[in-house]
Amino acid sequence: MQNQWLYIGLFFVIGIIVPVVPLVFARLVAPRKPNPIKQSTYECGIETVGESWVQFKAQYYVFALVFLVFDVESVFLFPWALTLKQLPLFVVLEGVLFIGILVAGLVYAWRKGMLEWV
Amino acid sequence: MTFWNNPINFIGYWLNSILTGWHLPAAIARVLLYVIGIIVLILFAMTLDIGLVWVERKVVARFQDRLGPNRIGPFGLIQPIADIIKMVIKEDITPDGADKIIYNIAPVLAATSVIVLWAILPLASTIYGVDLNVGLLFIVAAGALGTLAIIMAGWSSNNKYALLGAFRMVSNMISYEIPMVIILLIPTILANTMSVRGITQAQSGMWFAILSPLALLIFLISAIAELGRSPFDLNEAESEIVAGFHIEYTGMKFGWFYAGELLHAFTFGGFIAILFFGGYGGFFGLEKLAALAWLNIPFVQALVFIAKAMFGYWVIMWIKYSVPRIRIDHMLAFNWKFLVPLSLVVLVNTAILNKILIVLPNWLYVLGMFASNIVIGYVTVEILRSYGRNQRKAEKLPDSHAQTQEQTV
Amino acid sequence: MTAEQIIFLLFAALVLVSALMVVIVRNLLHAALWLVVSLFGVAVLYAILQANFLAVVQVVVYIGAIAILFIFAVMLTRREAMEKGRQTRNNWWIPAMLGLLILTGLVVLIFNFPNVEQTAAALPVGLDTLQALGIALVSPDAYVLPFEVASVLMLAALVGAVYVATVDKK
Repeated sequence: MQNQWLYIGLFFVIGIIVPVVPLVFARLVAPRKPNPIKQSTYECGIETVGESWVQFKAQYYVFALVFLVFDVESVFLFPWALTLKQLPLFVVLEGVLFIGILVAGLVYAWRKGMLEWV
Repeated sequence: MTFWNNPINFIGYWLNSILTGWHLPAAIARVLLYVIGIIVLILFAMTLDIGLVWVERKVVARFQDRLGPNRIGPFGLIQPIADIIKMVIKEDITPDGADKIIYNIAPVLAATSVIVLWAILPLASTIYGVDLNVGLLFIVAAGALGTLAIIMAGWSSNNKYALLGAFRMVSNMISYEIPMVIILLIPTILANTMSVRGITQAQSGMWFAILSPLALLIFLISAIAELGRSPFDLNEAESEIVAGFHIEYTGMKFGWFYAGELLHAFTFGGFIAILFFGGYGGFFGLEKLAALAWLNIPFVQALVFIAKAMFGYWVIMWIKYSVPRIRIDHMLAFNWKFLVPLSLVVLVNTAILNKILIVLPNWLYVLGMFASNIVIGYVTVEILRSYGRNQRKAEKLPDSHAQTQEQTV
Repeated sequence: MTAEQIIFLLFAALVLVSALMVVIVRNLLHAALWLVVSLFGVAVLYAILQANFLAVVQVVVYIGAIAILFIFAVMLTRREAMEKGRQTRNNWWIPAMLGLLILTGLVVLIFNFPNVEQTAAALPVGLDTLQALGIALVSPDAYVLPFEVASVLMLAALVGAVYVATVDKK
């Protein structure tokens, strides 16, 4: 088992090196002629209007919160799913209870209008 | 263990004996062998990636009733290499005000998060990187790294369109991760293991696509959304925000975003093949017949796997080039109000029926699971139809609803 | 010094240094990204301990959800809200000494704890760690009640999030 994570660690390191090599090569080979017009921010060919930072909708944050709760829930379900073969039926019902409580949460968020976009 | 039925280990032992014959300590020899194997696997993935650029352009051309690249080389086969040379020698323009370190890390991280998936992808029963016993969650973890790369790219570009594209893309990806993780529980229940290789081997009796077609459908939709391909490609939205989070990237950095997306699509085609279509395992247990024993040779299995993955990739491309883009609020509403409840229902159904029906003979089990999926699909369609009917009835009333309906048409 | 110990020391140092950088850097987004590095280091430590499931769950939940949430929260603030003041206070040596005292106290306590160098009990034959974890979570004489209570806890978190977000929107 130790070998598995060593392999994945090496894979990750080499997976970082492999994209970097063409980038370094490009830096050596490609021309570099910076001038202020080329480096200005892109806005479909016209001058930029307003600052380049937008107030982003709080709705993104709400979706991230709901996602977090469901992510943790689904991670809890993985060990449960692995035991279904050996153990009797009531284990399945335990998991259904777990899912049911969180579905109640989803319905609550839905009715409160948290899942709208306006 | 011969070369034909276990090529990687055979070559590994041979090289190991050579290296220890040169008096290298065993641990260093093992690390060296790992590095060689990893480089071979990654080079294979990169070569496939180059071929995928050609496949993508030819297929989109045929869908749009034109020829595609056909000037450079026979049938345009050298086109991707010309593309790479072009991207490498293009000037690398960094916008002013960009956050240099994060700006440079983002494309590398995006490419790495896709490459690292090949560590657990089994090409054949004996050609694979590692057989991690938490393989399915590893796929989700690599997706999390990709999400991070996109947010880094969008933020560091100092460009409001990049930022908008990155926000939309990230909320898209995290929302569709929930049905994907819930559906990943279904092969876990059916195969009683989370390891990718174990799931492939558990399908030697019956493909999981037959046992649970709804799971296949939901996984396909969430996978397309995770990849950020059309119809969920709000991050790119070429007609709206001009290349989204990678507006300010030129040359090879853009190349890594693009190539990473294609390789990611192919890898997800591979995962669809593994999770639902039996992976490298052949067709419905045919390989157990003596006459077809050559189907068990690892190289043939690898070809079978790549063919199935290509089929999955082709379905993803087919959907991309046929369906218009979906708006962000429709996309998120579709996920949270339809896909998440549906996938939970399918999960509960699979868990309960798998426990009850497992005692019956095999064909009754398969029939029962398949029929339950059809019933759930039918009930869902009926609910949607009655909902649509109620909406239409509400709009026929002479009030402000009808007026807004005319304006939008 | 085996290779395993060297790798452990390297990644433990990475976790500590990146946690320090989280509180030192002035740019908020950089602080969030140093936090991601620290969490990744913890995932590697889990992998060294051969807790596969926990390592992958650490990346999925912490980096894939919580770090993204932090980054979204950082983006809700204005870009100019970077720390421009001094990084240290006038009497910084008082809390530093206090921290050092608590650290030495903890280290002494841990090393005098009985059985601190004991390895875990072996699993029953035929089960791997993941299935043992699953069975512990669902069997009535193990941890099934905390399992169900965890779902109620997450329901409470969801209701709280909905409440907070509703108040904010108005």
